[in-house]
Amino acid sequence: MTTRRRLFEFIRPERGPALSDIVVILAIGILVYLGARLALNAPAVVRGPTISLEPAVLPWYALRSVIRMLAAYFLSLVFSLVYGYIAAYNRRAERFMMPVLDVLQSVPILSFLPVVLLSLSAILPERIAAELASIVLIFTSQAWNMTFNWYQSLTTIPNELREASAIFRFNGWVRLKTLELPFGAIGLIWNSMMSWAGGWFFLMAAEIFTVGQRDFRLPGLGAYLQEAANQGNITAILWGVSTLVLVIVLLDQLVWRPLLVWADKFKLETVESDFPPRSWFYDLLQNSRIWKWWSTHAWSPLVEQLDERMVRAWPAEAPPTAGGRVRAWPFYLLPGILIAGLAYGAFRAGEMLFMVPAAQWGAIGVGLLATLLRVTIALVIALAWTVPVGVAIGTSPAVANWVQPIVQIVASVPATALFPVFLLFLTRIFGGLNVASVFLMLMGTQWYVLFNIIAGASAIPQDLKYTASLLQLTSWERWRLLILPALFPYLITGAITASGGAWNASIVAEHVEFGGRTLSTAGIGALIAQATAAGDYPLLLAATLSMIVAVVFINRVLWHRLYQVAQERFRME
Amino acid sequence: MVKDHVIVELKHVYQMYGRGERRFTAVQDVNLAVNEGEFVVLLGPSGCGKSTLLRIITGLQSPSEGTVLYRGEPLRGVNPHATIVFQTFALFPWLTVLENVEVALKAKGVPARIRVARALDWIDVVGLDGFEMAYSRELSGGMRQKVGFARAMAVEPELLCLDEPFSALDVLSAESLRGELLELWTGGKIPTRAILMVTHNIDEAVYLADRIVVMDKNPGRIVNELHVGLPHPRQRKSSEYLRIVDQVYGLLVGQTQPEAIELGTAPGEPGRTRSLPAIRIGDLAGLLEHVTESAKLSHDVYMLKDELGIDDDYLFRLIDAAEMLGFGTVGQGDFSVTPLGETFAAASILARKEIFATRISRIPIFRWLLNLLKAAENNELEREVILRALELEFPPEEAERQLDIIIEWGRYAELLSYDDDREVIFLERAPAVKVPGY
Repeated sequence: MTTRRRLFEFIRPERGPALSDIVVILAIGILVYLGARLALNAPAVVRGPTISLEPAVLPWYALRSVIRMLAAYFLSLVFSLVYGYIAAYNRRAERFMMPVLDVLQSVPILSFLPVVLLSLSAILPERIAAELASIVLIFTSQAWNMTFNWYQSLTTIPNELREASAIFRFNGWVRLKTLELPFGAIGLIWNSMMSWAGGWFFLMAAEIFTVGQRDFRLPGLGAYLQEAANQGNITAILWGVSTLVLVIVLLDQLVWRPLLVWADKFKLETVESDFPPRSWFYDLLQNSRIWKWWSTHAWSPLVEQLDERMVRAWPAEAPPTAGGRVRAWPFYLLPGILIAGLAYGAFRAGEMLFMVPAAQWGAIGVGLLATLLRVTIALVIALAWTVPVGVAIGTSPAVANWVQPIVQIVASVPATALFPVFLLFLTRIFGGLNVASVFLMLMGTQWYVLFNIIAGASAIPQDLKYTASLLQLTSWERWRLLILPALFPYLITGAITASGGAWNASIVAEHVEFGGRTLSTAGIGALIAQATAAGDYPLLLAATLSMIVAVVFINRVLWHRLYQVAQERFRME
Repeated sequence: MVKDHVIVELKHVYQMYGRGERRFTAVQDVNLAVNEGEFVVLLGPSGCGKSTLLRIITGLQSPSEGTVLYRGEPLRGVNPHATIVFQTFALFPWLTVLENVEVALKAKGVPARIRVARALDWIDVVGLDGFEMAYSRELSGGMRQKVGFARAMAVEPELLCLDEPFSALDVLSAESLRGELLELWTGGKIPTRAILMVTHNIDEAVYLADRIVVMDKNPGRIVNELHVGLPHPRQRKSSEYLRIVDQVYGLLVGQTQPEAIELGTAPGEPGRTRSLPAIRIGDLAGLLEHVTESAKLSHDVYMLKDELGIDDDYLFRLIDAAEMLGFGTVGQGDFSVTPLGETFAAASILARKEIFATRISRIPIFRWLLNLLKAAENNELEREVILRALELEFPPEEAERQLDIIIEWGRYAELLSYDDDREVIFLERAPAVKVPGY
């Protein structure tokens, strides 16, 4: 459970300088603007390939989706390692890079899809453009938490281990291999798992996309599900969802579990843990002769050679200290170019914003409030059921043993894949999207809260529970004096992630094209989705920026403060 | 001493932190030479900068001023001929014993075949064969430190630096490991030409060292040097040994000064503000009770350590507090309890608080704070405000520690209160309720 706690703690508690926030928001505005300019040159009519609903195509579609995810994940990993490394070892860069990352986390990724897609299709063949756009989008949903975690690992490496690597003159390579990667491994693996879950969420939404007359399609699981929903083909939907669940379970069993078992040795704890993670597939590999032969006769010599070469090619120099001094000149040149570019871009983007009529700004304001209300309600509902359930699971190992795996599988099914199914029922019950969209948001975000509460509940010290029993506290007093205060930090971490997710999900939840009909309700997400569909770029820019500003504002004013209170007052130590 | 035999030399080394008004000297004007064949121990209370010196000598840190000469050459970057055995072992928990030793050689580019053989040799020398494939979490503290020694020795350093290598171990492992280290060193089984060890354990220093360099804090500096001419293995009960131990305690514990110097000045006034020793007040009472109960009022300081079962560093802090509060005095390595100290030791809980309150009211830093609070609105001040003022006297971390001590002492004396939620310090308004008859 401790690892899970660490994985969710990627939000930096301190409030970064407001200046860098402005710079980031400006830069995003400019990007959207540039994309929109490019998008104007996109081909006017695009017809994607036909998506077959035959169950026989599913393995092929699933493979295509997984490959797309792999490509994006690889990009995210490289990005995280490099970005985190620079931020951790370069104090000046860190002061800019970490707030940037913080804002990037709050960006509604889905509103970039049309811009990325159209601008890419203006310069590339549409098939390649669609593939690239989906990969870029998945990347933006995967990278940030991994980067935060890697950065945090690097900055929390115990000083004595750093000194040991310096005194034994490790060069950059040996240090990375012996110290930094092992130290960050567990966090990276957990965050990779989270990132994959996030990636599925967006992949489902990014494989089929209609912008006016332009219909982009990528053969894959997401497109299959969308097409099935459009045709109202329940059998196909079931086939699609089952395939998706199968793929996710297979990845979990064959990749993530074994990785976690392998990474158990990277725990810093100096005592053996009582319940190490287990994996049948890992045990199987360990006992396989081919695997053994391969690792001793092929892999080890290869690594040995690589190490020798790296040590010779790259002599040890002065060790970097976390947050050390800058020596590279790009850090002087780059800001100059950046500022000039920002100024020009801001000017042009500002021009575009002026094209937005006052009535639309009004709609944006109303939309923000409506979505804020929905996000809040979704969060309240999530807390209302996850707190009792999470505590029940977390405090009793017996329940946890059989519920936990089920919950994990249910939670890993991306909400976007289930949207069509849920819509069928929800719109029938509530008559419209207004209330239904709250439930759609809920589906995507409640799991963050649940996992954190389970982690929090299982971390309540046994002696405090005994004390509560000895004092014969009533169940209300027990909740008020013990459980809720102990849960508070976890609750906040979960709620922060969930609220961010809910804002993001509003784009797919408040405006839905389904079975040939278009359902929509007032909200900022709906505005973004409508502007996308209509190709109204000024409105898209205005709505996206407003949403970013609102989310960043709420984070700074509300969540970061609560997070600090949680860290200072309610930490168990 | 012939110049050629000097391995490492520090000349006028200073280490400073912070800048402007908030510049503090951690190490002041240190001159030190380590000669070939010597086992030198840097001894001093925590915060005297001895670990900093070790890092300067090994090149992990460069001094603010002064030069480090290694074999006569100025040192640049990490010293390739020196290595460290760390207090907390600094083993990589994800590597086996063998891999932990190997990695030091791998970083030097030693090819696999030679590397493994050499690592195994050293594991053998420290007596860990059979444990090559164990992870460090499976080992006891003493065994972990053996891996630390094997790793350090594997790179065949000329200068072996030991950073309190035995202080994280239990008494028995520490003792046996000290013996084994001496055996390796005096038996010439290791290629090391000199050993430099940092410790605050006086007995350890006298047991191992050829020369003891005594340091003091505020600012960190060398105050004395002492040759230990006894042959190995040393007899702890011999009168000669005990004489040296007593002498070192005498050097470290110093001499009680006139009250004005003992108490220092208030923050903001000229002169040095004395830092308050971090102690638990109950322990101070314990020390005084122990000494008053043992019939004679004057006690060898070195005996107190074993009798009370605490480490040297903490003992010195307790004695320091007793001196500041006028409960005890020190001279020639002996600690004596004053009549006031006797009264304190014998008093009831409430009476102790009262005595304590009158005594700390005399300490300038408390007088200063109490006056500030009296002048302040509602008799309360934010923690931050006081911290800022203290940061002009102490480095940031020390200022924080000092404020915590002030609050703890003030709370005990019922002079001050602290509201952790609002982070304000205020005068205890209602005078402590005295229950008659107690």
